[in-house]
Amino acid sequence: MADSCGVKIPIGPQHPALKEPESFLLTLNGETITDAGVRLGYNHRGIEKACEGRSYIQDIYLLERVCGICSHSHSTCFIQAVEEIAGLEIPKRGLYIRTLVAELERIHSHLLWLGVAGHEVGFDTLLMYTWRDREVVMDLLAALTGNRVNYAMNTVGGVRRDFTADQLQDVLKATDILEDRTKHYIGVATEEITFVQRLTGVGKLSHDDAIRLGAVGPTARASKVERDVRRDDPYAAYAELEFNVATSDTCDVYGRAVVRLVELMETYKMIRQLVRNMPDGPVAVKAPRKIPAGEALSRYEAPRGEDIHYVRANGTDKPERVKVRAPTLANVQVVSHMLKDGNLADMPIVIAAIDPCFSCTDRKISLRTAGSATAQPVTWEDLRLRGIAWHRARGIDCTRVNRRIAEGGRA
Amino acid sequence: MTAAGALSQAFYILVFPGFLFLAVFSMVMEYVDRKLHAKLQNRVGPPWFQPFADFIKLAAKEEIVPRDADATIFKYMPVVALTSTVTALFYIPVWSTSAPCRFEGDMIVTLYFLTIPTVTFFLAGWYSRSVFSMLGAARAILQMFAYEIPLFLSILAPALLANTWSMSSLTEYYRAHPLHILFNLPGFAIALVALLGKLERVPFDIPEAETEIVAGSFTEYSGRFLALFRLTVNVEAIVGATLLAAVFMPFGLGHGPAIGFAGYLVKVLLIVVLLAIARTVLARLRIDQMINFCWQIAAPIAFLQVLVNLVVKEILM
Repeated sequence: MADSCGVKIPIGPQHPALKEPESFLLTLNGETITDAGVRLGYNHRGIEKACEGRSYIQDIYLLERVCGICSHSHSTCFIQAVEEIAGLEIPKRGLYIRTLVAELERIHSHLLWLGVAGHEVGFDTLLMYTWRDREVVMDLLAALTGNRVNYAMNTVGGVRRDFTADQLQDVLKATDILEDRTKHYIGVATEEITFVQRLTGVGKLSHDDAIRLGAVGPTARASKVERDVRRDDPYAAYAELEFNVATSDTCDVYGRAVVRLVELMETYKMIRQLVRNMPDGPVAVKAPRKIPAGEALSRYEAPRGEDIHYVRANGTDKPERVKVRAPTLANVQVVSHMLKDGNLADMPIVIAAIDPCFSCTDRKISLRTAGSATAQPVTWEDLRLRGIAWHRARGIDCTRVNRRIAEGGRA
Repeated sequence: MTAAGALSQAFYILVFPGFLFLAVFSMVMEYVDRKLHAKLQNRVGPPWFQPFADFIKLAAKEEIVPRDADATIFKYMPVVALTSTVTALFYIPVWSTSAPCRFEGDMIVTLYFLTIPTVTFFLAGWYSRSVFSMLGAARAILQMFAYEIPLFLSILAPALLANTWSMSSLTEYYRAHPLHILFNLPGFAIALVALLGKLERVPFDIPEAETEIVAGSFTEYSGRFLALFRLTVNVEAIVGATLLAAVFMPFGLGHGPAIGFAGYLVKVLLIVVLLAIARTVLARLRIDQMINFCWQIAAPIAFLQVLVNLVVKEILM
């Protein structure tokens, strides 16, 4: 196919393979990708800035909406930093419930991923079945917390709801069903020949590259990088749980699928331990409205990898700075590396294999004029002036209105 | 030709078993395929009129021709595709051992007519001048070279045994020697697989892989033209199934039109069900895997089938 030599094809910002707006510019030689460029930033929502204008309690609900799937991850990660600054001792039962919801969230996230992976390689039957079974855990979460996503379980000092003994029994029942189904999917993913053929040897990421490019989560673990915050730097109740860190040495998409499935089996083990050893007592302690000055960094193993939140407090009821580093940001550099020299047909599954969540990822730290190489940090005032100029250029001028408001204020 | 003869000829071509019958029948079979696919996937599936509703809705929509596209080819390709597919049916025996039209060599013509739609998909995609269409077009033609050889060989083998190049004579031969069908079973399996490739269905839906190249050749198509292309694919499924039924399952013929027709419906239904199951349980292959499969597994089996039939013929004659 000499005619398509050096063809550039745009994958995104809108493309059926992508569930969120994101742009990949692929250079093709026939069906082989010779170069891949990634462009982020279509989903910037200004969440970090919004956090600075709200109280800690309001920020929990805002940060829960960073991601629609790992919502509990972000709120827990944030709250851990705040609790560290405030020096709060969280009751054991609160930590156990937090961990239980976190692991249930991991189940629904990994089952969702398996379905998406099936869809990306044209195996829609897997998508339909995994998403059906995912309803079991979604219903369970709704029964436990009141919501299918964005559970609103966390509060500064603990969790907002206690679970009854009956509810914990329901968790065990659902876990049995899910474990049974997951065993079936392990069979499908490792035995169905067309599926295995599409995943094996695709999106290669060597052990050294995974470390060099800073991959996190299942993407790194599938390249034999044994990193898991839950074990390396235990938070919540993880220090008291027995579990193995799933890894694989195949360094390809197949390994990433296997790692996620094995992780599910470990999760079921953890849930049983959590329910069995659930201590009695209160679920939260009273937290002060104003958090003393200080700063903290919190790490959390989200289903997609390590999530990091940084919080700086200044003694008021609002944080001075909140920084969110979602796991996808760590993995997105890896994607363009994995796409290179790959096949166009493997593009969707290679991108999907990091379980990307682009809207979680988009943060702005500097601005650059299109085409120029130099970037400069942006101040709030710069952005304001830029916004005013942008609107003025389009005929929207608020100068008079502003002046009138200012005069009215003076009078 | 008398007026009555001309009328009956027109009826044959336009209504039954020609265009109108094929269009309606293919949409009913599309429903069967979609409903079964949905049921196997644990979904509810569409209501019975969904394929008709889709067609009417698409036909009523505005059609947009891309500025860079070759407008003539863009507009005419759907018509050429549909016409050639419908024409292919006239040489295939449906409910008796005799097709509406027949001559020695009509088998070649049928296969030729069935190849044209793929070529039109290529031209339509290539002249749409969009990257996704052009990639889809290149994949369609590449895939054609892979499945066409096993398909032709596996259909050639039964013809060698029957010592004819005519579809009608072929069915007559197998009606006289029903047990000889058993020799052709491996060929039937290969032909089914190749038909999956021709219809661009999972696992061979590579030319229109949604998550990779949007809709392949059809990316730029809309409105009436897209409706015609979709109808072509549906009709192609029916004509392909009819061809396989005539070559590999020529039983139940010659007992009058009613039994013959009922038998025909059952055979087509069986093939549609087999195709639906295949696309439910398999994932999409990559183009290189597809070509390797066709050349390294399907083509050798089809060759073997030809050899077996040649040997059997020598022994029997």
